[in-house]
Amino acid sequence: MKKVSNITEVIKLLDENGIRSDGRRLDEMRKIKIEAGVLKNADGSAYIEMGNNKIIVGVYGPKEVRPKHLAIPYKSLIRCRYEMMPFSVSERKSPSPSRREIELSKAIREALEPAIFTEEFPRTMIEIFIEVLEADGGTRTASINAASVALADAGIPLRDLVTAIAIGKIDGKLALDINGIEDQYGEGDMPIAMMPQLGYVTLFQADGIFTPEEIERAFEMAKKAIWNIYEIQKKALKSKYLQIIKEVDINE
Amino acid sequence: MSDKYQVISILKKDAILQLLKKNERIDGRGLEDFREIEIFTNIYNKAEGSARVHLGDTKVVAGVKASIGTPFPDTPNVGVQVVNAELIPLASPLFETGPPGEEDIELSRVIDRGIRSSEMIDIKKLALIPGKKVWMIFIDMYPLDYHGNLMDAFGLAAVSALLTGNLYETEINKDDIILKENKIPIPINHVPIFVTIGKIQNKLIVDPTFEEELVLDAKITYTIDENNNICGIQKSGTAGFTIDELIMARDIAIEVAAKIRKYLPLKEG
Amino acid sequence: MIAEGKYKIEGAYYAIGKKYYSRVLGLTEVDNEKVKVIPLKGKYIPRENDLVIGKIIDVGMTNWSVDINSPYTGVLQVTEVFSKPTSISRSSLSNILNVGDVILAKVIAFDFTRDPLLTIKEAKLGKVSKGTVVEITPSKVPRVIGKKGSMVNMIREVLKVNIIVGKNGRILVIGSKPEYEALAVIVIKKIEKEAHTTGLTDRIKSYISKLVNEEGE
Repeated sequence: MKKVSNITEVIKLLDENGIRSDGRRLDEMRKIKIEAGVLKNADGSAYIEMGNNKIIVGVYGPKEVRPKHLAIPYKSLIRCRYEMMPFSVSERKSPSPSRREIELSKAIREALEPAIFTEEFPRTMIEIFIEVLEADGGTRTASINAASVALADAGIPLRDLVTAIAIGKIDGKLALDINGIEDQYGEGDMPIAMMPQLGYVTLFQADGIFTPEEIERAFEMAKKAIWNIYEIQKKALKSKYLQIIKEVDINE
Repeated sequence: MSDKYQVISILKKDAILQLLKKNERIDGRGLEDFREIEIFTNIYNKAEGSARVHLGDTKVVAGVKASIGTPFPDTPNVGVQVVNAELIPLASPLFETGPPGEEDIELSRVIDRGIRSSEMIDIKKLALIPGKKVWMIFIDMYPLDYHGNLMDAFGLAAVSALLTGNLYETEINKDDIILKENKIPIPINHVPIFVTIGKIQNKLIVDPTFEEELVLDAKITYTIDENNNICGIQKSGTAGFTIDELIMARDIAIEVAAKIRKYLPLKEG
Repeated sequence: MIAEGKYKIEGAYYAIGKKYYSRVLGLTEVDNEKVKVIPLKGKYIPRENDLVIGKIIDVGMTNWSVDINSPYTGVLQVTEVFSKPTSISRSSLSNILNVGDVILAKVIAFDFTRDPLLTIKEAKLGKVSKGTVVEITPSKVPRVIGKKGSMVNMIREVLKVNIIVGKNGRILVIGSKPEYEALAVIVIKKIEKEAHTTGLTDRIKSYISKLVNEEGE
């Protein structure tokens, strides 16, 4: 809800010391928390808090394709739905899918699919459901981070996890992991997703305006952050299995 | 949207029926016991009110959003209440993407009626400029993990979100509405509790699990307010109840509602 | 990445050149030059000769559709039900096996291009009329069996139940009393949860004794 006030507030994204509206430096990420295996029905699941973003992801599959005629003879069909709950934003969002949600669903699917060994499960499908409970800038990158963990939690074979972060531009400077206000009032938003170990970029979008040189610098910033998030993703997966040990007694 | 086609194995069905003959249930509960309840509120901060409810393994969320709009023409001096539920595939392999189906809509409308008939929200206080501008309260409910009895879980979530929800205080200046900095609790007068009872052969069971729902013949939901008035009734399912069964269910619902009420969050302010 | 260079790798991995990567969330067993990656979770993919526990979900004209806890739905042809040729007259298939029935079956063919084919013709296969079926992650089935059957035999002896383990993560427990079946289910679920730990067999043994003593009280 827009607060109607008699005093016009100037949105200041960067103060004199280069500190952002939420107290961060330009190269500082927001706090991240990831939990794996939070749902019982879903084959794999994860819950993420990235700054004020709160997102839950559930993965089902591989499973039978419905409707059957969509089945692909040589690989698994990947479906992804990104949805924002009506109460996740300041102005209530209508429950029906918006064009933005549809575009993001595709972009996220195409960020994750390269990591999945889809040829292993012909004539099946894997469904990824992303529900945004609270949004504050960078929901698509947070969704990708959680969805990777959910896919791994489901035991789906992956080439690597997919890890994502967005670089924005505020007051002419590149800023890491922009929040809602910075996204709304800044000069650009560039979400990036990678398979860190393999070095492949699977999501790369931008709005706003960037110089050619800023693109390279953005990747430098992003890579550092991505390795940090990658460690958090792995920790989330392991912690469910308390003591992971190397020797296991297995029957042949 | 829900696709109810799910086959339960004969072995499981027999196990449920055999235990019921001894008034026992597969999860060890008595016929009138509800599952463990956990309620978390004020968790999603873009919402005016929010709640997550765990009813056994069933997990649901509800969010309250408020905005200023025009009242309905036939009720110009009161606020607007809109309740919406959607069965998303995240929560169960039985739910499909798509527009709301009859299950989604029944849940929305029964919860809406329970809140409306009990006069939970004082909608008169929501009229800012009578006839022109009122608060519109939207309650959106979604399942996260479906393991039976979404009705009661949704009811608890909606009610908990409303009890702990807040609206910006307003200042009316002729035809202008100014939102102030501080917030005040949503005006609440009554608190409804939803109790769903299933019927399997001639036994009545409170808070059916997913598997019990596959076996039961029919369900009855009673909505009870804090004065033990019945402010909502909904029978669903393809079999019938005898009148005696419905009266017995009513009494069970009243007792159970009183117990469930203790889990509710305290009203804000 | 789990290893680079000269290693003999087994299990859920893949390779790019000389670099070996784990494909799943799993446990890595390293033994000199041998590395094994064991997945902690995953769906059941049918293989020929697997013993599976299935649930009939649809009855057709000449076959049944069987849920075998897999992304691939099993098909049981009417010709795979009786060992001797039988004429299925006008009576429908549902008189033999109906929706909801549980069967012990064997996978006779599966090659990803068609649905897996099942049979119940052999001895000890067929419709299951009593017992409880518990479902666990298929990759943890070996833990329930134990080394040379040590785990499953222990449960059988102490709880006096018969246990049939399906490769598809479904386990049938038949006991003289439903209480014993319920205990066996609890034990199996505990094994599933702690499958990745050491000292499991002994721990389960003392757990079962505790349960039996409590039950006796």
